Amino acid sequence: MATAEVSNTKTLKVKRFKPSEDPKSTFLTEEKGLWAWLTTVDHKKIGLMYLGSVTFFFLLGGILALLLRTELLTPAKTFIEADTYNQFFTLHGAIMVFFVLVPSIPAALGNFVLPMQLGAKDVAFPRLNLASFYIYVIGAIFTFIALANNGLDTGWTFYTPYSTDSSSSVIWVTLGVFILGFSSILTGTNFITTIHKMRAPGITWGKLPLNIWALYATSIIQVLATPVLAITLLLLTMERFLGIGIFDPAMGGDPVLFQHFFWFYSHPAVYIMIVPGFGIISEVITTFSKKHIFGYWAIALSSLAIAFIGFLVWGHHMFTSGQSAVATTVFSFLTFLVGIPTGIKILNWVATLYKGSIEMKTPMLYVFIFLFLFSIGGFTGIMLGSLAADIHLHDTYYVVAHFHYVMMGGTLIALLAGLHYWWPKMTGKMYNEFQAKIGAALIFIGFNMTFLPQFIMGSQGMPRRYYNYIDQFTIFHQTSTIGSYILGVGFLLIAFYLLRSLFSGEKAGSNPWGSRGLEWQATSPPDLHNFDHTPVIINGPYDYHKPMEEFQLGLADVHHNGHEPSHAAKAAAEEVTN
Amino acid sequence: MANHSTSHPTHVQHHFVDADQQFDSAKMGMWVFLVNEILFFGGLFCAYIVYRSWYPELFTEAALELNTFWGAVNTVVLIGSSLTVAMAIRSVQKDQIKGLKINLLITIALAIVFMVIKGFEYSHKFHLGIFPGEFYTFEGLEHAKAPIFFSIYYMLTGVHALHVLIGIGLIYWIYRRAVRGDFSSEYYTPVEITGLYWHLVDLIWIFLFPLLYLIE
Repeated sequence: MATAEVSNTKTLKVKRFKPSEDPKSTFLTEEKGLWAWLTTVDHKKIGLMYLGSVTFFFLLGGILALLLRTELLTPAKTFIEADTYNQFFTLHGAIMVFFVLVPSIPAALGNFVLPMQLGAKDVAFPRLNLASFYIYVIGAIFTFIALANNGLDTGWTFYTPYSTDSSSSVIWVTLGVFILGFSSILTGTNFITTIHKMRAPGITWGKLPLNIWALYATSIIQVLATPVLAITLLLLTMERFLGIGIFDPAMGGDPVLFQHFFWFYSHPAVYIMIVPGFGIISEVITTFSKKHIFGYWAIALSSLAIAFIGFLVWGHHMFTSGQSAVATTVFSFLTFLVGIPTGIKILNWVATLYKGSIEMKTPMLYVFIFLFLFSIGGFTGIMLGSLAADIHLHDTYYVVAHFHYVMMGGTLIALLAGLHYWWPKMTGKMYNEFQAKIGAALIFIGFNMTFLPQFIMGSQGMPRRYYNYIDQFTIFHQTSTIGSYILGVGFLLIAFYLLRSLFSGEKAGSNPWGSRGLEWQATSPPDLHNFDHTPVIINGPYDYHKPMEEFQLGLADVHHNGHEPSHAAKAAAEEVTN
Repeated sequence: MANHSTSHPTHVQHHFVDADQQFDSAKMGMWVFLVNEILFFGGLFCAYIVYRSWYPELFTEAALELNTFWGAVNTVVLIGSSLTVAMAIRSVQKDQIKGLKINLLITIALAIVFMVIKGFEYSHKFHLGIFPGEFYTFEGLEHAKAPIFFSIYYMLTGVHALHVLIGIGLIYWIYRRAVRGDFSSEYYTPVEITGLYWHLVDLIWIFLFPLLYLIE
């Protein structure tokens, strides 16, 4: 038995709890059955349910994307009507942004990992957590009603005055997204409170994993920005319902005001999508470099800086909308400022690699893909933020390529890194490493083939959202379409080997990557209450120079984390004594 | 924190170490939620600011159609209900469950009075043809943008009234739990956080009243 100083006034008795490699009871073996899953308040099960829903919507949005790309194979009509095309790109955007990217990392992976990294048994409000999942489902149902009922053709941005006149079912989708927003708000509220109040003994703010810092910054944006989207969509709904006239020029309202309102949420929302990805990158890059993160505080605080500056740049979406020249200049300048904290992160990650013992496992492969693609996305963003260039590039495929490099090359690649990193923890199974590497290669090749040509045709003047195009763009569009097919095959391969691992995957140990993170000191899959002891932390999460034993400490005088042992564990214990 | 025993008091949920952690968490969560509420109304206030700076004369003219007397009465009613909610929390902290129940009932009654007065104000306007947006038929105001003022008026007061209704539901739920004997000075978290919510509803009205009724 050892003692550890946790604060200068309190001494805790701790001992080592080595995680079992062959757990008798896990959250998957406890509370089984469909009803138990649907009514669970366990953050891990809710995280997995989110993961399932997000995957479903990703499939839907992905199929729409492939249909769009197929239509663009030829300059004129290929196989769908122009109106159908408008609906497809609208739904592709709306589904990917609101149903996939916003909830993907925080609500799916974050829900699973956040309480474990804090050494807590659950988030602060488990029932609210379940409620947020069902709110997400209700929002989804509203969107499906719209789909079955005229669809939606306004583009995911719902710009007025078209959205107040369009004959498609705008109200259903705006109400759906309005409802969905509350799911995001509740998750954010839950995470902020959990991070403040539920940390295990010894986890000070300076010992928080960077994933937690990233989720903290994300949650702040969710809580501050999402309500503004909610009121905007409510006003838009009322505009269609009662004709309140605030955004409708026919009644003396101002459509540009809608754009201001919309981007006040939707620009920070870009950071809701990307900042949690930064958290994953920090976790994976240290684990596979076996090295302390370079510039802990720089990375932690740059997340908060991005969250803050992110609120002040929305006007850069509106350089051509007729807002004042002064506003445009200020927004352009502030947009350049966001590049600073983002650059700080990239440079610190690269510095972390220096003299590390780098292990090229699949999650790490995705980190390198991320660094490459996200940097391209970031730099092209700076170009779009400069006024003269933006006037030329506004609403062209250059913008499309830029935000796909950020959202897909950034967020989605980070999500894949996180998914492959935590998959053994979530399921207790290892996937096939070779197939995973092939998958990563396909994604990388397919992605660049899809979106690099879009930069070129965008800079040559190909407008976004167009159904037809002139012959000179044919080669770029066709390369892009073939790339998107490769990308599709890559995702199918990932789905194949991940699902296969559930049935025939090798058993994962508690800590297959040798990480120092607290979540890896639980069993794989974790116990229903995450840990069978109350974890105590004395080192930082990236102290790879310290022995593993020091990361496995728990309170010595509190048994079973303050719980009766689970039934299965009890039965197993009885078997042993008999 | 260290003395986490298996003998939790019944009101402490399983994932909290002790009652204090649960209380602090609930209170913090509610504060975060209130910040979110303020931003929700913030969008409407922003629309108000924009249109008032564009058409200052519209706002001073149209505000004359609002009944300052009943607006003032409603302000007093809501401030009174904030007082009784604070007294309810004070009562439960001192284990005076009877005082808690009476104060909650008075709060509900005041909230209903507020809604009734608001209802009379609305129906009077509907009678004159002051409907939101394109349904506006009132001819007493010269200004071409008059419907937009009333759109903003109806959105602000309507969303606020919705919050009052939700508040009535919440306070009634708290009252039922108080009758059931759920609360004591040991455990009154729901009373405390519902009180916080109610103060916010009150506070928003305190901004709405001068911004809509008192401008000249």
